[in-house]
Amino acid sequence: MDDKYWDEECETMPRGKLEQLQLRRLKKTLINVYENVKFYKEKLDESGVDPYNFKSLDEIEKIPFTTKDDLRVNYPFGLFAKPMNKVIRIHSSSGTTGNPVVDGYTKNDIAVWGSIVARQLYSVGVRESDIIQNSYGYGLFTGGLGLHYGGELLGSTVIPVSGGNTERQLKIMSDYSSTVICCTPSYSLYIAEVGRELGVDFSKLPLKLGVLGAEPWTDEMRREIEERLKIDAVDIYGLSEVMGPGVSLECLYKSGLHIAEDHFLAEIVDPKTGKKLPPGKHGEIVLTSLTKEAMPLLRYRTKDLSALNINTCKCGRTHARMAKPMGRADDMLIIRGVNVFPSQIEEVLMKIKDIEPHYLIVVERKNYLDNIEVWVEVSEDIFSEKMNGLENFESSIEHKLYSAIGIRMNVKLKEPKTIKRSIGKAKRVIDKRKGETL
Amino acid sequence: MPVKQLTVFLENKAGRLAEVARILKKQNINLQGFSTTEARDYGILRMLVSDVEKSRESLREAGFTTHVADVICVKVVDKPGELSNILDTLSAERINIDYVYVIAGTRIVLSVSDIKKAEDILLKNNIQLCN
Repeated sequence: MDDKYWDEECETMPRGKLEQLQLRRLKKTLINVYENVKFYKEKLDESGVDPYNFKSLDEIEKIPFTTKDDLRVNYPFGLFAKPMNKVIRIHSSSGTTGNPVVDGYTKNDIAVWGSIVARQLYSVGVRESDIIQNSYGYGLFTGGLGLHYGGELLGSTVIPVSGGNTERQLKIMSDYSSTVICCTPSYSLYIAEVGRELGVDFSKLPLKLGVLGAEPWTDEMRREIEERLKIDAVDIYGLSEVMGPGVSLECLYKSGLHIAEDHFLAEIVDPKTGKKLPPGKHGEIVLTSLTKEAMPLLRYRTKDLSALNINTCKCGRTHARMAKPMGRADDMLIIRGVNVFPSQIEEVLMKIKDIEPHYLIVVERKNYLDNIEVWVEVSEDIFSEKMNGLENFESSIEHKLYSAIGIRMNVKLKEPKTIKRSIGKAKRVIDKRKGETL
Repeated sequence: MPVKQLTVFLENKAGRLAEVARILKKQNINLQGFSTTEARDYGILRMLVSDVEKSRESLREAGFTTHVADVICVKVVDKPGELSNILDTLSAERINIDYVYVIAGTRIVLSVSDIKKAEDILLKNNIQLCN
């Protein structure tokens, strides 16, 4: 067995020492934004935080949050702390709901990002001899290049195949003997589905690991993916606002995602009041950059919901673990006054034997009442010539959803492939109340 | 001997049954008879075809969910009282019928609780089974 750690000293650093490192780096970051970003200078002055006299991590609670709206108002480069001649890369979101969210990177930011991702890939057993099929989209989206630089720095072979063209993905996977696949969990399922149709036997392929992220997914979905592709599947988390993939990654114990705490300061706050919550409590993740140069963010409201665990992991790492994100605060549906997360529905569905891992949630208002439909595809595993077989299947799902979530949903049985497959982030909810259409 | 019935899951929307018929036509498969049953948003199509495996393969390829089950096919003489005789024969032996439908050539397709027993009884009563 080779070394367990990429950087043992850092990965197993006692928390006291880690916090000292965070404080040093936070202070440097505060000075950088105070001197170079008008938006932050004003915010820090207003809240009475003196970057030159910042003494303890607890003081961070005095710093106001940064929100996505702040990023949009300062579009495109208003929050950059470095002049453009020091910025070597720009990434941004698609901007489907307004101005895109932009992030910039210095040469050092790109190097740091690569080293974080390399260290994380190493922690899940990826080595120089591995062949990484990187099926995240390359381009403005951070997924493709983020994993790419990390994999190369580690010394593995990176195949920059990007998303889409699933038959080619399968050919490459088989011909080039890929051992690792990086993509969204929903796309990994689609690859599995097309593979099954083409007669691919995944147990005979060298593929052993999936580094999956960019959308929330449940443990039940993980089991389905692992079973279908015959791999270990780990969750990678990140957001383009603070860097991209690599903010955190699960280790092979799959009991929370280790945050790269030497580069990010993570807090959990109550999404309503903004009050900081102690470890173990569920709330919204708030991230502060500790080493980012081009566009550091202070207390960024990610809207992702999770909880922190600061106990040392079985893998030996001391960096805090965040619970698998159950979704974004934005994803929460309010159905007849009840809060429902799509991930709760997924959890129920994926526990049902023989159900296909593709589903769609359709919400609309009929006669002033919220109505929620859950679309599920009928596979040959559950289909027979008996009508009551289907009716029982339908009503048993409805019953399970009701007992787990507490509201009535109508299950709609659909023909195979009716639900759109995704090569990137899956769209699981159509909310007609917001004008969305099928 | 039981015959193989092909069943297809259909969403309740325009053109789905037509699509199945088109696929069978293209493969030059003869449809001996069929029935449909509908629920709220979907239905199932049960049919006897000249080539079950070929039909199933082409339908699967087109993305349909299919199922093959054993049923009994009985020749019914085209005169008053014949159906009654057949049904009485079965009910006298407490054989339950899940569904029944008529197909070409005055034949009926029966799905029953006990195929073997039903066949024996029908044959014993000189009722003709079709393959």
